[in-house]
Amino acid sequence: MSSLLEVRNLVTEFAAKPDRPGLRAVNDVSFSLERGKVLGLVGESGSGKSVTGFSIMGLVDRPGKVTGGQILFDGVDLVGLDPDAMRRLRGRRIAMVFQDPMMTLNPVLSIRTQMVEAIHAHEDVSERTAHERARDALGQVGIPSPEERLASYPHEFSGGMRQRVAIAIALLHKPDLIIADEPTTALDVTIQSQIIAEFQTLAEVSNTAVIWITHDLAIVSRLADELAVMYAGRLVETGGVSEVLNTPRHPYTRGLIASVPSQNRRGERLRQIPGVSPNMADLPQGCSFRPRCDRALPGCLSVPPQVPEAGRSYRCINPVMEAQA
Amino acid sequence: MTDLPVPSEDLPVHAEAPPARFRKRLRQFAESPGAVVGLIALAVIVLVAVLAPLISPQNPYDLMQLDIMDSRLPPGSQSFDGLPYLLGTDSQGRDILSGIFYGLRTSLMVGVVSAIAAAIIGTAAGLLAAYLGGRTETLLMRLVDLQLSFPTILMALMMLAVLGKGVINVVIALIIAEWATYARTVRATALVEREKEYIEAARCLRLPGWRILFRHLLPNCLASVIVIGTMQVARAIGLEATLSFLGLGASVTEPSLGMLISNGYQYLLSGLYWISFFPGIALLITIVAINLVGDRLRDILNPRNS
Amino acid sequence: MVTSLIRRTFQALIVLFAMTAIVFVGVNVIGNPVDILINPDANAAEKARVIAHFGLDKPLWEQYLRFLGGIVQGDFGTSFVYNKPALGLILERMPATLELAFTALFIALAVGLPLGLYAGLYPNRVSSKVIMSGSILGFSLPTFWVGLMLVLVFSVELGWLPSNGRGDTVELFGVRWSFLTGDGLRHLLLPAFNLALFKTSLVLRLTRAGVQEVLPQEYVKFARAKGLTERRVIFVHVLKNLMIPVITIVGLEFGSLIAFSVVTESIFAWPGMGKLIIDSINLLDRPVIVAYLMMMVVLFVVLNFVIEICYTLLDPRVRLNARD
Repeated sequence: MSSLLEVRNLVTEFAAKPDRPGLRAVNDVSFSLERGKVLGLVGESGSGKSVTGFSIMGLVDRPGKVTGGQILFDGVDLVGLDPDAMRRLRGRRIAMVFQDPMMTLNPVLSIRTQMVEAIHAHEDVSERTAHERARDALGQVGIPSPEERLASYPHEFSGGMRQRVAIAIALLHKPDLIIADEPTTALDVTIQSQIIAEFQTLAEVSNTAVIWITHDLAIVSRLADELAVMYAGRLVETGGVSEVLNTPRHPYTRGLIASVPSQNRRGERLRQIPGVSPNMADLPQGCSFRPRCDRALPGCLSVPPQVPEAGRSYRCINPVMEAQA
Repeated sequence: MTDLPVPSEDLPVHAEAPPARFRKRLRQFAESPGAVVGLIALAVIVLVAVLAPLISPQNPYDLMQLDIMDSRLPPGSQSFDGLPYLLGTDSQGRDILSGIFYGLRTSLMVGVVSAIAAAIIGTAAGLLAAYLGGRTETLLMRLVDLQLSFPTILMALMMLAVLGKGVINVVIALIIAEWATYARTVRATALVEREKEYIEAARCLRLPGWRILFRHLLPNCLASVIVIGTMQVARAIGLEATLSFLGLGASVTEPSLGMLISNGYQYLLSGLYWISFFPGIALLITIVAINLVGDRLRDILNPRNS
Repeated sequence: MVTSLIRRTFQALIVLFAMTAIVFVGVNVIGNPVDILINPDANAAEKARVIAHFGLDKPLWEQYLRFLGGIVQGDFGTSFVYNKPALGLILERMPATLELAFTALFIALAVGLPLGLYAGLYPNRVSSKVIMSGSILGFSLPTFWVGLMLVLVFSVELGWLPSNGRGDTVELFGVRWSFLTGDGLRHLLLPAFNLALFKTSLVLRLTRAGVQEVLPQEYVKFARAKGLTERRVIFVHVLKNLMIPVITIVGLEFGSLIAFSVVTESIFAWPGMGKLIIDSINLLDRPVIVAYLMMMVVLFVVLNFVIEICYTLLDPRVRLNARD
């Protein structure tokens, strides 16, 4: 079976001025995703993980633009797809849930309006059918008395409730792929768990693929099947969750895992990756992680190639091969 | 008292030395070509207004110099005695160009005087409100709110209805109509400043109230006063012209720009456009020039931008 | 909602009351209408009779009480000049002014909104820059001079449109309107455009600023992520958020449209309140001046009220707050 989504050498640039090379927020990124699988896309803020998500949606903010590569969705290349065809995919076959639920719903439109319009954007059903479907969708994500809540406005909901509404909207058309851009970062821990559980059921039951964008490895370890780690616009390591977490090959991945609090024993100091994240406008030559890396070699001054290994790959010429302590 | 070292009395208000700051601002100002053009145009206009008696072909206010034989001549005509009327003449044989030169004097004078007077009154009221607080503040600010909820022209009409017609009354009406804008802005700025630490420090040093007001609060409000003031000069000139056009302002014998335009109105319908047209252009250039300069000043003096 | 409505009404009444005092004192302290009303050659007895007739011999506070009492009954006194009730004179001319102001408002919105939307959506296009420069001109051009130039170009040179009066009118609900006849519409066009110029620039700039503020919001992106058409995103999601500031400012500015109609009416000989008030100021016709000013105060208070209600309808967040 061919993959649902196959991203090949994707490049997304932000140009300060037209006709000039800009910042490469996403640089030569390739990965693929099967139906019903959850991919955790991990990285620090500014590493290009959200831009990757928006590139797939065809919603990169100006002056950003996808300037290279392919995004094959069910065999169709989304790069350079006619805007109206892209629109018909958005919300219907590829849906997205945003980071901050307080900002994603329009404050002056009722929940009903915002849900019904999402149905009508893709299906020519009666007002009444749309209303009923919106109500059922709200009920499905665990919102009590959905009929009454439809008439409410976003400000009458809490953050967690709003995120549920956003998820309900994303699920309206039973999409093949949901891109979830840190959907739980702005929420309380208890609500986080509920929402994560919902996504898990969703992926299993309806065979929906999920790209879960986050900086939180703990969440990914519970939720994801596959893991992709981004650093400074590049994908530095991909593979199955347990392989990558147990035997990270890239020094950055190793550092990332080591800095998760639960990985540290009591009384031990939290381990941090030395140095600071690079400035995207002025990246180090070669491997971007080189200045912070304790395994750097002279050869790291040129961009390392993607090294394949059984079921996984990484971009490092001096990978961590020894068993982790 | 202790012998703690007393800090210099005037706590620093600005970090940079004034000349350096001024030069930096000047450079910023020059970055906008529109503003530079505006400034040059404004300089020429002021020069023309000041030198009007020296450079005008005739004294339009001196009835002896007017020749009724030369009335309503189109632009480029020659007078009875061979002098050129570049922009034509009006119904009394007045040279339009000279009329504009003299009219600019009246217009600029009214604009500048009323803007400065309103600035002084409004700034004082705003500072007092912010400094004293309590009932004075409530009372003053209610008055400001009330006044600002009515359009300026209505306020001016109301004042002229009370005071009667005339240039001086127009100036008074403009002052009364405009002071509130300054008061509101100055109070808002001063309130922000009042909470800052250096004011707190000044109070702890027991500096006298007037000193805090004038040496600390006032300098920080000046930027916004200057910006509003510039814009208000343009507004006042426009409003004076409007009121004069309505016959409530300048006297017929010493016309301002608005009066010149008004005089030409009746002839406009018979196609004698120049009597109204050229003074209007002069008015327009003046207002646009001031606005261009004011816009740029607002951009560079806005504390958020620097 | 009801409590806040009552509170607002109360506040409005206080403003009204304060304005009666300010207007009355202002108008009565300076300027002596006796000089205009009475023939300078009239004898003392004649003068005394007129003064007594208008109540000008009474102390100020008594005159004020009489004035207040009159206002409550809708009686602002009798015009010295027309010898008719002042309020009646104002009301008679009000429809003409309102017609002009509403038409101007309509033009300002019909022109300003689309242009502002365009300039906001495509800020880098040359046409947007032209539109924005034009709006600066709209702010700077003195209304009365533009009026004259409109007359010069469209009436005198081209002869397309008439430049004075209301033209043919049709009676509807007991009031005469120009906009219902072709000739009346032709008469309405120039003055309405003249009056609308400044507000068009204002609406345009507000709309553009609003678009640029709303467009980068997450909810706009989310709306796109739902697969909505660009039309729906702009005309529902963006426009509805943008209408809140626009409605507020436009509402507040409607009063200034009426105030500025003084100028336009004078140029185009439009027989509205504005022309009446200028004549009255020139003749020191106090009752008419006072009646006009009080009408304006009432108008502004009512306007503020209406804006508040519109606001509540547009912004659900306000609605909730008002319920407490």
